[in-house]
Amino acid sequence: MLAFLARRSLVLLATLFAASLAIFLVLEVLPGDPALLILGLEARDDTLAALRSQMGLDRPAPERYLAWIGGLLAGSSGISHTYSVPVFELIGARLAVTVPLAAIALVLSTVLAVPLGMLAATRRGRMGDYGVMGFSQVGMAIPNFWFAILSILLFAVTLRWFPASGFPGWQAGAGAALWALVLPAFSLALPEAAILARVTRASVLETLGADYVRTARAKGLGERRILWGHVLRNALIPMTTILGLQFAFLVAGSIVVEAVFALPGLGRLIFQAVSQRDLVVVRDVVLLLVAVVVVVNFAVDIAYAMIDPRARRAA
Amino acid sequence: MSRLLHAITLSVAVSFAAFAVAPAQAKDSLAIGFTLEPPHLDPTAGAAAAIDEIVYANLFEGLTRIDQNGVVQPQLATSWDISGDGLTYTFHLKDGVTFHDGTAFDASDVVFSLDRARADDSVNAQKPLFAAIDKVVAVDPKTVRIALSRPEGALLFNLGWGDAVIVAPESATTNKTDPVGTGPFRFVHWAKGDRVELEAVSKDQPIQKVAFRFIPDPSAQVAALKAGDIDAVANLNAPEAVLAFQADANFEVAIGSTEGETILAMNNARAPLNDIRVRRAISHAIDRQAIIEGAMFGFGTPIGTHFAPHSPAYVDLVATYPHDPAKAMALLKEAGAENLKLTLKLPPPAYARRGGEVVAAQLKEAGIDVEIIPVEWAQWLEQVFRGTDYDLTIVSHTEPMDIGIYARDKYYFNYDSPELKAVMEKLNATSDPDARTKLLGEAQEIVTHDAVAVYMFQLARLGVWRKGLKGMWHNAPVQATDITGVRWE
Repeated sequence: MLAFLARRSLVLLATLFAASLAIFLVLEVLPGDPALLILGLEARDDTLAALRSQMGLDRPAPERYLAWIGGLLAGSSGISHTYSVPVFELIGARLAVTVPLAAIALVLSTVLAVPLGMLAATRRGRMGDYGVMGFSQVGMAIPNFWFAILSILLFAVTLRWFPASGFPGWQAGAGAALWALVLPAFSLALPEAAILARVTRASVLETLGADYVRTARAKGLGERRILWGHVLRNALIPMTTILGLQFAFLVAGSIVVEAVFALPGLGRLIFQAVSQRDLVVVRDVVLLLVAVVVVVNFAVDIAYAMIDPRARRAA
Repeated sequence: MSRLLHAITLSVAVSFAAFAVAPAQAKDSLAIGFTLEPPHLDPTAGAAAAIDEIVYANLFEGLTRIDQNGVVQPQLATSWDISGDGLTYTFHLKDGVTFHDGTAFDASDVVFSLDRARADDSVNAQKPLFAAIDKVVAVDPKTVRIALSRPEGALLFNLGWGDAVIVAPESATTNKTDPVGTGPFRFVHWAKGDRVELEAVSKDQPIQKVAFRFIPDPSAQVAALKAGDIDAVANLNAPEAVLAFQADANFEVAIGSTEGETILAMNNARAPLNDIRVRRAISHAIDRQAIIEGAMFGFGTPIGTHFAPHSPAYVDLVATYPHDPAKAMALLKEAGAENLKLTLKLPPPAYARRGGEVVAAQLKEAGIDVEIIPVEWAQWLEQVFRGTDYDLTIVSHTEPMDIGIYARDKYYFNYDSPELKAVMEKLNATSDPDARTKLLGEAQEIVTHDAVAVYMFQLARLGVWRKGLKGMWHNAPVQATDITGVRWE
């Protein structure tokens, strides 16, 4: 297990290094001058030059790359061109919205999808199965921003239970902050739950046909113990893969839902930073997203090893 | 059990419903929604309109200010004298003014602010505003003298811009994140990505607390207004939703004007657009009203020149090039530019992207093939504005009184007219209002006669707010949301 962890960690570091290089190069060739964007139409050449040198854009590219990586390794970030505050501070504030949102959505989708998927598998070809599969079809087909707009119209505009948009911040109290995340979390969770329910059903069905299940039945074990004790554990591998993918997606992919609910999350930060050519922010956030995906995959691999001892040896 | 659950949900829902509508009922707080979040809060170090939308007149003040009708009013200067040759301005400053950090305001702050804006390493986005200033001198703590190197008829107006506000040397470097000004509202908190909060300095201010909320999505703005999260949107980005608000008794809709001349700009240096007949043909091919209907849901005023219709100096030239595809085709034929193929680069705003579709269809009717190329602002600035690598583009010029751009060398129109340059030079040397109006009229006629661009429409300002809110600006002669005179009734 230790050798497995060490090997995996090396791959993780190498991936991050390669990603940092790729990110830097892409941003180098991206058209658009950040200084021009800040100063606008009336800017004079001398004013632009003054701002560029203030932002350090006049230094050669390798020097800027080394300064970036050196800073990251030393635990310090650059200063955002537009917001004029350290990038880590900005990212930290955004993660305080995005991570709880993704976590709530993930828990919601799991709590919804796993029992539904198992129900569908055990009632295969009956009403329950058709009901769950119908829900799953609809859940996958509905775009999450559309569901978000509908839920705003019903729960915020008509019933006024939830705020329509925005995030009061954790300093306004955990209750108010969580309350603002309920509708967005549901909008994010619904399509994820629909996919997960499908995967759960398929994976449980496959396991239900396995020899050891027949053996367990022959031994006289109760259906409930077979299902929760034997089938679920063996069906977990594909579900864990999907969950891992979904978490990475929820952190990186909530841009649309964050826009609909005007949430100050990571997705909106990167969207804004790209359009304002705040490259100092863009490169750190993109690297962070790469790190999230890599680390989640790493965690999923470890989870495989915990669920299935054979995976430890195979890796 | 289920009854208990129901009771809990209900009580939670009720308490939050109360929380959600609270801002609308409190009579001394205000939440205003905006599309764009400012990058920072220092109006002297960036061109972003979103900065001025928050701090202008509310937090920062200049020597003069521009009111909602576009007229210059005294602010930190209570009065001024102008020498007979128009080269020396003496400003008498207001008494007893302090900055929000407690430091006193006097003539040295004015000298500091204007010198800082004019300095070689200045990053002021509107440095040309101060080009005529030769020297700024503090005569005594309450008097400032500005000496000009040439007459500048627009000096008082220029000093009213957000880029010319007075800052203190103690706080100038930190204004981006912690702005300190002399205005009636002081900075409280900026929750990045969500809101900026200001509070009144004096207890007499009818609005004590203001939140500027950033809601980029137009439909989310509409929902936030209807749900009571915000009380007002100074300029709603969703013209399609305005009709619904007009029909709603809880809201008031104000359709005002802006300084935004929305034009179809043409690259005057690139063949065949360097031929005036081709530019006139394109002008005849455009149906302004159809663009306003199609792209802006009917909100906007047709213009015939690069000037705001609400300005006293405006000359109505809309009829110069009436919509006439047949005439357009005849002109193209005469110029030998049949089967014309052009590109149209469109920046992100809806007026450009939606308007561009309509423009392309109208040009097609006159036999011109248009390829639409959507670009981001960063690309637009680099390729179109700086590089002048374009045939056609649509953009709204939102700076007030900016017809002078046509007299500039190397501006992106690539238009060069000695005649216009002479008029603008004369204008700069003139401070008599009637003579200025006449010269501005001449300038408008020149750019329209030469069909430098197709002048399409003046952007409307679509204000929506809860009934009972009084004093919001209807027009936007400068980019500002002045709440110093706003109150609940």
